[in-house]
Amino acid sequence: MKPRIKALSAMVAPVALAAALIGVVRAQEIYAGGYRQQTGEDLYRGLCQGCHMPDAKGAAGAGAYPALADNVRLVAGIYPITVVLNGQRAMPSFGEELSDEQIANVINYVRTHFGNRYKDAVSPAAVKAARR
Amino acid sequence: MNRRSLFKLIGAVAGSAVMYQAMTELGHAGESGYTGPVELKGDPKGATVLILGAGMAGMSAALELRNAGYKVQVLEYNDRPGGRNWSLHGGDTYTELGGFTQHVQFSEGLYLNPGPWRMPYHHRALLDYCKRLKVALEPFTQVNYAAYMHSSKAFAGKPQRYREVQADFNGHVAELLAKATNQSHLDRTVSREDREVLLDAMRAWGALDKNYEYKKGFLTSERRGWVSDPGGGTTSQPTPSDPVALHDLMQSMLWRAIAAGHVYEFQSTIFQPVGGMGMIGKAFGRELGDLIRYNAKVTDIKQDERGVTVAYRDAKAGGPVKTAQAQYCICTIPASILSQIPMTVGAPMKSAIDALYYDSAVKVGLQFKRRFWEQDESIYGGISFTDMPNALIGYPNTRFFDDGPGVLLGAYTFGANSFQYAAMSPEERIKKTVEYGTQIHPQYPAEFQHGVAVAWHRVPWTLGCAGHWTEELRARHFDNLCAFDGRIVLAGEHASRLPAWQEGALLSSLDAVRRLHQRVMAG
Repeated sequence: MKPRIKALSAMVAPVALAAALIGVVRAQEIYAGGYRQQTGEDLYRGLCQGCHMPDAKGAAGAGAYPALADNVRLVAGIYPITVVLNGQRAMPSFGEELSDEQIANVINYVRTHFGNRYKDAVSPAAVKAARR
Repeated sequence: MNRRSLFKLIGAVAGSAVMYQAMTELGHAGESGYTGPVELKGDPKGATVLILGAGMAGMSAALELRNAGYKVQVLEYNDRPGGRNWSLHGGDTYTELGGFTQHVQFSEGLYLNPGPWRMPYHHRALLDYCKRLKVALEPFTQVNYAAYMHSSKAFAGKPQRYREVQADFNGHVAELLAKATNQSHLDRTVSREDREVLLDAMRAWGALDKNYEYKKGFLTSERRGWVSDPGGGTTSQPTPSDPVALHDLMQSMLWRAIAAGHVYEFQSTIFQPVGGMGMIGKAFGRELGDLIRYNAKVTDIKQDERGVTVAYRDAKAGGPVKTAQAQYCICTIPASILSQIPMTVGAPMKSAIDALYYDSAVKVGLQFKRRFWEQDESIYGGISFTDMPNALIGYPNTRFFDDGPGVLLGAYTFGANSFQYAAMSPEERIKKTVEYGTQIHPQYPAEFQHGVAVAWHRVPWTLGCAGHWTEELRARHFDNLCAFDGRIVLAGEHASRLPAWQEGALLSSLDAVRRLHQRVMAG
């Protein structure tokens, strides 16, 4: 199925220029845009803080975004790797948009900032291995 | 360019049928099944229904069930009806997640629709509710031949008029196809009699001359516009314009935006409510009155064999937990929020709710001192497209020729650009949007007054703009998401095959109402 969806996406791509038709194609396939940030800090500031907030303390309304600050769930690097790659409930997946290096960098940044002090860096190879 | 790639190009740009087929397979097009107001025959004998969410889905369900004799109560997180049917006007205050607060300063009568902004003619349920609720509609222009196609990497960044790009694209493609036809390259695919008609068709479609060439002159300027228009009397001689060469046009990639207007949902006629999309939500809210309890944050949803009990608190004041009970529940809370609320439903529905994250979208409204796009550039409504992160500029489709300030949609983005927009503060989003727009309209800096920016991932009651379905997710979860689980049924755009469209929310709700009524009547 996969290749067929890809082919369709390529054909439908121009549509998203006007898109209320999200989900057919994500806009980065059209605009050169994408995520150019490479360092963990730049990626956090340019992407993650949209939901997890500049202080990484998350936020709550009708629903909530979890805090990444002082987060014991980050103790095992594979957990954030899996969540960033595949998404989880309201969290979108970023496995297609971000490289192994970008994902490792941003996870390492979060795991060593905002009150987190995890010494064992995750490697791009670990991200690659976790892709399914 | 060989024949196959030529047809591919035509298919990609001109072939709405091809596009439509592709989109139908992905679940994005398809005619509304609406044939008129839902008929719920029989006496429900005071059966009670609790509806969660006062958006399009929740309020249409409430209205129909109330009219059929049900006892209905609606719980809504916000202090207003409508949900994503929403317009921001001057005097409104909007606080996004993270506590970033914007005080909207738009002048009287001006607004931004942060969510939906257009209503296709075939979204019949939505249009019928507007008629029933006496919401006045006016035309929304999608394709404006005077609007711009802009690439920062082509034509030295100078925006091109849509009519020029479209005329040149059609003309060049028609010429190529005519040549291929004449050179017998199509012998095997096109019969002799069709070839003659095809040549005529290419000449008419592409504005080709008698030699089947797309060349500067009267014919082509009547499509792409003139350097100086035909006039009257002594100054009447027009100056034709120069078509862009095929190579430059292809490499500019501007042709990509032509297909947008071919999409079923973007074909004429499209409508918008007079005074902002939020007029529909307000009209529903007036109709339902005190059936809606506002500022109610749902914290728990329980059911047993007798009924449904929902716990909620005051969304602003907090305070003690209250409960609401009913025999049935129609839950329209977005899946992104619902996945965080404890709920007694089985694994199939729970997995479906958990599987759906919400897409990113950002809209930025900008107020300018004057409507320079009309006054200086003759752009009246419609949309300009750009390869910059703001993606498009939507011009107001109302109050033409007004002297006073005007509000345009300065950015409407999805995907990566949108996520990055959401990571900025509202002020920064507005600043960037003005910077991008200045490359298309140099008047921006001198005329800009103020703006408002809504990033849907920071909207406290949706965590995104609409459910992100893929073909794979639909196959696994869609039926489970829509099926009754005990006494609970879900509705909303996420429970439809018209994701992100209000019509999807309404059709999903009406389907849920019909099924609920069948159950009640069956005892």
